[in-house]
Amino acid sequence: MLLRSLRVSKGELEAGTGWQLKPEGACQGEVCIPMPGSAGDPVDVEAVAKAIGMPLVAAPEHGLWALGPASIGSRALASAQAPDLRLPGLDGKEFRLSSLRGQKVLLYAWAPY
Amino acid sequence: MWQALRNELHPKGFELVTVGLDSQGEAGCRAFIEAAKPEQRSLIDRHHVLAELFGVINIPSSIWIDENGMIVRPAEAAPAPPQAASGMARSLPAELPQRFKEIMAEAAKIRKDPEGYHAALRDWVEKGAASRFALKPDEVVERSRPRDDSKALGHAHFQLAAQLEIDGHHEAAIPHFREAHRLVPDSWTFRRQAWSLEKVGDGPLARFWQGPGPDAPGAWPYEGDWLSDVRAIGAENYSEPWRP
Repeated sequence: MLLRSLRVSKGELEAGTGWQLKPEGACQGEVCIPMPGSAGDPVDVEAVAKAIGMPLVAAPEHGLWALGPASIGSRALASAQAPDLRLPGLDGKEFRLSSLRGQKVLLYAWAPY
Repeated sequence: MWQALRNELHPKGFELVTVGLDSQGEAGCRAFIEAAKPEQRSLIDRHHVLAELFGVINIPSSIWIDENGMIVRPAEAAPAPPQAASGMARSLPAELPQRFKEIMAEAAKIRKDPEGYHAALRDWVEKGAASRFALKPDEVVERSRPRDDSKALGHAHFQLAAQLEIDGHHEAAIPHFREAHRLVPDSWTFRRQAWSLEKVGDGPLARFWQGPGPDAPGAWPYEGDWLSDVRAIGAENYSEPWRP
């Protein structure tokens, strides 16, 4: 997840990383990591990164930080529950994967190169 | 070809969502999307969120998700439907630069199983959870890409590189792309994305060159390039074999 500040809203954190901050901690599907003080919004990114084990790389001269994914269980997926992907189309409108519940979905990745 | 399949299977409760992975975002994807005139959702992923959230390492790839939002097959190579598989090769012009002829020759050796994959897809659409191709949650997690701390760090470097590129800091982006390639050696998308930004010329092949240009080969800022890297591993190992 890309950051221009080390404080983001819970919603932004969830959209960018798939981790949802709940009273019981940081959760992805049924996997939850206890996090003291997780009720705060905006979120202290450095504290969350440390608790979940997400790497943070900085380019301070450009005011940019990048938060890498967690590597829980040594797999890309921590759970089979699909994260709620949120991406725009050509019209710029955000689409949410969860809006297709009730249908079988094939997510197809391509690239113009 | 995917769209025809989508339209055929849509009445059975199937939906296709296509996602273009490109740091150049809309500018990079628009011409391709407009030419395809998609009826399904067509999204743009500037930050390669699909790599981070779903473990996508190459394109084209697919992830299957059931009616309840559970992944039943993690990211895997997604060959075009069998009847369309050779369409692109036939439509290429004869006047290709030598490098592209060599790329095409290597690409032809890439192992694919469109028949197996598409028979499985139809079976799943028909039978749902009862299909033997719909994997159990534990198996889905187990089959997703291996990820350790160094790969996770490589994802962070990639994201930083992509944004630096978007912001016009090309020289600053290159060391982070290189670090991402070193830390996540199994990601072809991370390499292809970076290589595509070193455009050779400005024609339609510029981003597909994926390696040093003929005029200034010494200016290439990366250790690898598509042709050399594919030859080094053997084109038959470019994609993992499709597993039922």
